[in-house]
Amino acid sequence: MNSFWLAAVLIACLAFPGAGRADELAARKVLDALVAGPEGQRAGEVAALAEFGEQVILEVVEAWRVGKVFTYTAPGAASPIALLDQGGGIYQAIASGESLTPDPAGTLEVSRPDRSLRRELKRLVDIIDLASANEAIRIEAALKLGKSQNPDYLPELRERLPKQTSAKTARAFEEAIAISQLVNGTPQEVSSAIQSLGRLKSLPAKGFLETLLRSLDGSTDPNKLQQVDAAKVAIKEINAHQQVMENFGTAFRGLSLGSVLLVVCFGLAVTFGLMGVINMAHGEFMAIGGYTVYLVQNFFARQFGDSGTAFEWYFVAAIPCAFLAAALAGALLERGVIQFLYRRPLESLLATWGVSMILQQLFRLQFGAANVQVSSPHWLSGNIDVSGVAMSYSRLFVIGFAVAIMVLTWLLLTKTRLGLHVRATMQNRTMAASLGVPSARVNMMTFAFGSGLAGLAGAFLSQIGNVGPSMGQAYIVDSFMVVVIGGVGNLVGAAVSSIGIGSTDQILQSAYNDPVMGKITVLVAIILFLQWRPGGLFPSRSRSLDD
Amino acid sequence: MGPFDKKSELAIFSAAAALLLLVMPALNTLAPGSALFVSSFQLGVWGKYLCFAVLAMSLNLLWGYTGLLSLGQNLFFALGGYAFGMYLMLMIGEQGAYKSPLPDFMVFLGYTKLPSHWVPFYNPSVAVAAAMLVPGIVALVFGMLAFRSRIKGVYFSILTQALTYAASLLFFRNDTTFGGNNGFTDFKAIFGADIRTDETQRWLFFASALLMLVTYALISGILRTKFGKVQLAIRDSENRVRFSGYSTTHYKLFVFVISAVIAGLAGALYVPQAGIINPSEMVTAKGLDIVVWVAVGGRGSKFGPILGAVLVSLLKSWTTTAYPDFWLIILGLLFVLVVLFMPNGITGLPAQFREIGARWKRRAQARAQAAAAAANPEPSVS
Repeated sequence: MNSFWLAAVLIACLAFPGAGRADELAARKVLDALVAGPEGQRAGEVAALAEFGEQVILEVVEAWRVGKVFTYTAPGAASPIALLDQGGGIYQAIASGESLTPDPAGTLEVSRPDRSLRRELKRLVDIIDLASANEAIRIEAALKLGKSQNPDYLPELRERLPKQTSAKTARAFEEAIAISQLVNGTPQEVSSAIQSLGRLKSLPAKGFLETLLRSLDGSTDPNKLQQVDAAKVAIKEINAHQQVMENFGTAFRGLSLGSVLLVVCFGLAVTFGLMGVINMAHGEFMAIGGYTVYLVQNFFARQFGDSGTAFEWYFVAAIPCAFLAAALAGALLERGVIQFLYRRPLESLLATWGVSMILQQLFRLQFGAANVQVSSPHWLSGNIDVSGVAMSYSRLFVIGFAVAIMVLTWLLLTKTRLGLHVRATMQNRTMAASLGVPSARVNMMTFAFGSGLAGLAGAFLSQIGNVGPSMGQAYIVDSFMVVVIGGVGNLVGAAVSSIGIGSTDQILQSAYNDPVMGKITVLVAIILFLQWRPGGLFPSRSRSLDD
Repeated sequence: MGPFDKKSELAIFSAAAALLLLVMPALNTLAPGSALFVSSFQLGVWGKYLCFAVLAMSLNLLWGYTGLLSLGQNLFFALGGYAFGMYLMLMIGEQGAYKSPLPDFMVFLGYTKLPSHWVPFYNPSVAVAAAMLVPGIVALVFGMLAFRSRIKGVYFSILTQALTYAASLLFFRNDTTFGGNNGFTDFKAIFGADIRTDETQRWLFFASALLMLVTYALISGILRTKFGKVQLAIRDSENRVRFSGYSTTHYKLFVFVISAVIAGLAGALYVPQAGIINPSEMVTAKGLDIVVWVAVGGRGSKFGPILGAVLVSLLKSWTTTAYPDFWLIILGLLFVLVVLFMPNGITGLPAQFREIGARWKRRAQARAQAAAAAANPEPSVS
């Protein structure tokens, strides 16, 4: 009877592999049968358990080992059931997962597995993850067993290989089997394992192939010599693949760094590039954005608690807030200081530096000199793995964010009336004013927009960096360089040069293996680049002689 | 009259020279209880202010008179300081914590032998020459690159800032043999004398005062020559000067190098008085501090930078002890207010007030005329 419903459960869960909760219940039933059922069926039950990848199995097996699993026969019941001791007189019925207080009239006995069962359970623990519903866990478990090169697990791996439905897990199982065979296989199997590892371009296998080569060193057996050649070819293939992966990773990091820089620089490209105003307080506007995110986060934590779904979405609410806060500060700065200095760009540099010092000190007085904690929402943390390169969501997000900002800015400048006014005012402030463009308001709006972009950059940086009083300072020199290289007054130039500088920086860093030398080389290269193209990549064409 | 514009200027200059070169050091030799006594500590503080004043004058030569705002003047100051600091480090000899002939930080980093570029610095004249040459050569190379491609205005400012930033990254490292973060400190001897005695302090003060006076005379002299006129013309309209046949590139390069050399000398004199030089002298904020000295004092005026450097330094030393939290806010406000309301700094204030007065007078006259015209509506015949 027992084995009948066992088989039924098995069939049920094979038919519905995604039914997580049902799987767990089924696994629990088998566990219950294993502990409290007749001993004769135990071997079959352990084998059945190996087909479930449920955490509850590990939990119960571990508890069983240390004597926290009991058999309990309730008064009047025909057969015992299995209980898990949860401490404090509370027990959990293993079959159902429900809590239960044993009746003193019943019999409660500690259950202990015998020696042969213990060995089987240990093996069960080792291979349990091979059946996990989570692909990543399954891959990791397969590779771990393969790398252990323990012949005991080979049959398990082989048996499960045909059941793998996804290419990724099948590949991992193949890799694991081949790695294990390098040591445990017949000479023919070894040869074919070497070849398949080369074909799979298996990075984990590299070390094992090298060990194999060392062990074959000096051998004269023609069979072994053939293996040596095959292993060398396989290592070469793996190395080539590794190189490609590394280059791809560098390119991705370079692209994302360039995008971070792009987000930071776009505001600067508007205020400096288009308006000609050097805003040294740009970095502090970024900090305003960062602190706004921090405040919004705290507000959400107070209103909705810091673990609910509402809190998870605080960042979405914080993005527009960061933009608005920084834009407001920018508008104030423009009205209060900058508007008097349009004819004196050097002096606007000094005044905004003064503002930047004041703001930094105010941040320090208000929020403390240390960085504040901004937590990332779950949907921004984590990686996706693209054929071996881990791409973090936050980096992907910044790339998308940068593209969105670029498109929006371009649309605003070329497709709206405000954009037309902005471009007219930037080309010739007096002429635009005399033709009826409200240049004072346009100036304020443009400056506010540029500052708002800085705030957005700060909001984003809060997710991948620190929020602190001087968070903007680290980016300010770089971002001015980007604007100068890109060609002043040119947004496309800013985009191209920030990607260019970002990836050059990243490539040099990995080439020198030293961030500082990379940075210095980039700065020197920028100065030399300006020899060649003094106007930047995309110089603005004008016949007027600036003086 | 030499380099000076007026007799009165010569008289004031001579009086200042007498005060700084003779009276101040003499007051230091008085008995400590006496009313006019100037302690060695105070003398050291003022010696440092004089170095700042020289630094401010070097920036003013560049910014006030040639229109080139360098945000990296502190780089040249620090380079001069490091060059002379290398000599001072070697003069510590075996009195350091590790009792080794090598500077302490080198022992700490595991050097067994002095790097070859350090060896010549046992000779003080090499150190002084390096304090001028190194900043000069850096300025020459950078200036050539920048001015040749006609980088000017704010772009020049930003590039000088980037240069300084790159240099500070280099000096913050341990493996560039300049002591990393900590730089050079704990000096013991200079020119064979103990660096901490009153007499050495007096001589250092004397040298700083002399450097300041000579710099003043030099700048004053340059301004009276044809070269000085071209320099001012470049500031006011560079393209016109170029179209008149002057190579503005060479003029600017010359001024840039001279001002770097002066800044380097100021740094070399600052280090023995401050007792320390480290890469924090090269950070962006320090470069802008110099700019605010010149702006507060009055750029394009000979005396302004001295006044600005001393006043702002005094203000800083008072605020940082009395209200440490508010120093940056005060400094920032100073930047904003000076830029907005005092474009010519303190030395420009009298002219500014005169102009305001004249404007009021004109307005009053205009009002009086209007009132007279209203009282007597008949058109005047004249």
